Amino acid sequence: MATQVSSENVEKTIYDGLVELGTERDDLSREATLESLDVDSLDLVELAQIVEDEYGVELKGDDVKDVKTVGEVIDLVVAKAG
Amino acid sequence: MSEATARPEGCALVTGSSRGIGAATALALAGDGWHVRVNYRSDRAGAEEVVAKIADAGGTATLWQGDVAAAGDIERLVEPGDDGPVLVLVNNAGVRMDGLSPQLDDEQWQTVIDTNLTATFRATRAALPKMMRARFGRVINLASVAGIRANPGQANYSASKAGVIGFTKTVAAEVARRGVTVNAVAPGLIETAFTEDVLEGDMAKAIPARRVGTPEEVAACIRFLASPEASYVTGTTLTVDGGLSA
Repeated sequence: MATQVSSENVEKTIYDGLVELGTERDDLSREATLESLDVDSLDLVELAQIVEDEYGVELKGDDVKDVKTVGEVIDLVVAKAG
Repeated sequence: MSEATARPEGCALVTGSSRGIGAATALALAGDGWHVRVNYRSDRAGAEEVVAKIADAGGTATLWQGDVAAAGDIERLVEPGDDGPVLVLVNNAGVRMDGLSPQLDDEQWQTVIDTNLTATFRATRAALPKMMRARFGRVINLASVAGIRANPGQANYSASKAGVIGFTKTVAAEVARRGVTVNAVAPGLIETAFTEDVLEGDMAKAIPARRVGTPEEVAACIRFLASPEASYVTGTTLTVDGGLSA
């Protein structure tokens, strides 16, 4: 069953996902840019799969192409789920 | 077992596996311990026979009806189920509609491209995210010697198979660092129902091995590429043609 979508839950999912993909937890914040965290396009594909597994929200390439920061990823997932 | 050769839980999907190379591949992968989804479009009896043979040999398999050229079907075939995610995908289903290029009509062109190339893309697209999450995946695409060298009368088929080879290389480079390999196998003349109308006369004389191949010889190569031991082989096209393209 999909996890309830709240900003806090999504933030935890995204943070955990990014750590799994190699990001240092101490470097994470809503303001951190994906570029500064070395999150590339393949990482975003995998992050999209993590989000889909957790919340049933499908993120397409067009959805994430303009996303720059971790906070924008979180907001996007929350908005798509709403 | 080293990390490079570990194998997570999941299943193998072989498209078009009711006969020929697909059937031999389903049997080979089941022999390696994979639960196999035996896909067929219309030959249910053939697919049932493959499932029964796998069971007789001590393996497990299930029937999956679906037309790979139909957009919705291929996503359903790849969807994770009780047998786990698809971690080995063999894009085998293919069609031929031969004719000299000045006489090929649009339908002959499009049908072959849709089944051989577009379906390979769609199935791979659907399977890759789960493979990446598992840090293990094997995509094996059936190309053909006709995608490497000229074969008059098969402009549509050659284009589709050359497309498969290019697709294979690029996708392999995209996902290599996630433990997912993507390779192509290019059979030459193989004795199956697919080729029975072209295997006539002294065609074998053109093959250095002086004989046509068997589905099992192709399946053996696919089995290797699907194995954990093939973890460092990606983006390649393995010809299985008795030296025809050498």
